[in-house]
Amino acid sequence: MSSLTAAGPAKVRGQGVKRSGFLPYLGSKLVAALVSFFVTLVIGFVIFSLMPADPVRTLTRGRPTSEAQLAQIRIQLGLDDPIWERFLTFVGNTLKGELGYSWQFQQSVSSLVADRLGPTLLLMGTAAVLSIALGLWLGIRSGWRHGSLFDRIASSASLTLWSVPTFWLGMILLVTFSVGVGPIPSLLPAGGMSDPSLPQEGWTHVVDVARHLVLPCLTMVLVVFAQYVTVMRTSIIDEMGSPYLLTARAKGLTDDAVRRRHAVPNALLPSVTMIFMHLGVLVSGAITVEAVYSWPGLGYLTYEALKIPDLPLLQGTFIVFSASVIIMNLLADVVYRFLDPRVRAQ
Amino acid sequence: MTAATHAPAAVEVPRHHAFGRFCRAYARRPAGLAGLGLLVAFGALALAAPLFIGDDQLNVIKVDGPQLSPPVDGYPLGTDQAGRSVLLLVIWGARESLTIGIIATALTVVLGSAVGLLAGHYQGRVGQGLMHVTDWFIALPSLPLAISLSAVLGQGAASITIAIAVTSWTATARLVRAQTLAVEARPFIERARALGAGNTQIMVRHVLPNVMPLILVSSTLTVASAILSEATLTFLGLGDPTGVTWGSMLQAAFAGGAVTAGAWWYLIPPGIAILIVVLGFTLVGRAVEHVLNPRMVGR
Repeated sequence: MSSLTAAGPAKVRGQGVKRSGFLPYLGSKLVAALVSFFVTLVIGFVIFSLMPADPVRTLTRGRPTSEAQLAQIRIQLGLDDPIWERFLTFVGNTLKGELGYSWQFQQSVSSLVADRLGPTLLLMGTAAVLSIALGLWLGIRSGWRHGSLFDRIASSASLTLWSVPTFWLGMILLVTFSVGVGPIPSLLPAGGMSDPSLPQEGWTHVVDVARHLVLPCLTMVLVVFAQYVTVMRTSIIDEMGSPYLLTARAKGLTDDAVRRRHAVPNALLPSVTMIFMHLGVLVSGAITVEAVYSWPGLGYLTYEALKIPDLPLLQGTFIVFSASVIIMNLLADVVYRFLDPRVRAQ
Repeated sequence: MTAATHAPAAVEVPRHHAFGRFCRAYARRPAGLAGLGLLVAFGALALAAPLFIGDDQLNVIKVDGPQLSPPVDGYPLGTDQAGRSVLLLVIWGARESLTIGIIATALTVVLGSAVGLLAGHYQGRVGQGLMHVTDWFIALPSLPLAISLSAVLGQGAASITIAIAVTSWTATARLVRAQTLAVEARPFIERARALGAGNTQIMVRHVLPNVMPLILVSSTLTVASAILSEATLTFLGLGDPTGVTWGSMLQAAFAGGAVTAGAWWYLIPPGIAILIVVLGFTLVGRAVEHVLNPRMVGR
């Protein structure tokens, strides 16, 4: 086993991707994403359809049901069909957008998900933009002067915040700013997305939603930005020794210009992929944050489903969350292709 | 055959030296020492807990303290809704939180190392297949997967442990595979192969000892995230309803309305405990990483 063969497969794959045009590249990434989605469906099917010992018992728990009724439900749910047939039905339904029927809400899972998608996108989008901006800025500053006081403060702050459970930070912020402790008055609403006593449209509504958004968004940003700091800091440090920075300095550029015009654009490249990869962490954050603040999104829906546990609803949110992460990864690949001239040129 | 049996003995000696050198280098890292100190303190407290905490203090029916009271005499951190001392609950909670964290990590590391080692050793279809599986698991969002798994497996510590292991083995697998590839490229593996060593012998006797330090480092970092995951899953209501962990304390506080009551004394201690232990494991992991890989210094 020589080192050549050891590094072989990865290298060949990398070159293959680089040499091809954009469409074949997009095509291969699309196929990979579709395969990932299919695997997600398989895993979802195994977890939710094969692992539960007897779904009918869970479904009828606490209600008097005769054996005949149980058998009737089994037939309705298709539980007696062969496994592969059930799997095909499941895949077909999912592709048609039918995610099942919630036991708890007595409503189709797809309509529940559709109702809750907007609030989650609002929360996750705002939190993502703010935490990426904050994380990159801090990462660039601390990487550029690594070892400085600024770097040490920023690094230890992000390390500490990473070690904090998201939901706990949420509860602490809730107690401090919403309930009010000691001299701090109640500043912000405790939960939900809007105050039902206020009009649900117009400027008042926007301000109301924004006020409800502050705390959940702050919680997510505080926990998530640390990852971006680390990623950006590392890639800035990686660029520090590069000869082109020496050239830029030799030209007489100021330190600021070297950083902004030369180091940052190059260091951003590896970070972009990592940023998209870490968006999955936002999904996890959304579940706990929405649970704490009863923000009416997909995460809160998952939390509500857990209490029963409402398996079709959980399965639906699992598929939606997984699909969104797969789409983000696909976007990362495409964006990377556009951003990196070295990949584009070949 | 003689060469093969002599080889490990020849490696032993520098390895002992290396351990001494490692300890001295580690002792020069204040953050690492601080982390180790925190962990030792928490571990000792958790082990000693049964000596001064009994059923009388933990059983909801037997306790006689004031209910949901701020810190008062005899209850330095206040009490919960049932009148139990929050301080004693936090100390008791360390036992289960740490146990679940460590067992979940052990499972994660065993699973991840096995996959990584096999994928690195069998570089053909087997290796590629295993790496594809790893990539698929990486693409799945971990919390929804963990939630789904433990919801289906039922409430309890065991299902949480399994859920954590299933969602976190991928990082170890990738790391171990990369290291296995590096080790297998070294000449002594080729020599072992030439001397007739089989696949199992190469993996277990030659590659594994060289990958082990890396596995240990990554496992300290895994414990940190396992403890966080345990707290999160228990908070979401997936834990053992009768057990006392930091996550279940926070869940009880949240469900019992401690937030609306402004009962900060009930919320802060478990969270700080999680923070300290996670920080401790992270600091130790980073310090070991820096000592073993000096190129990392300054990062």
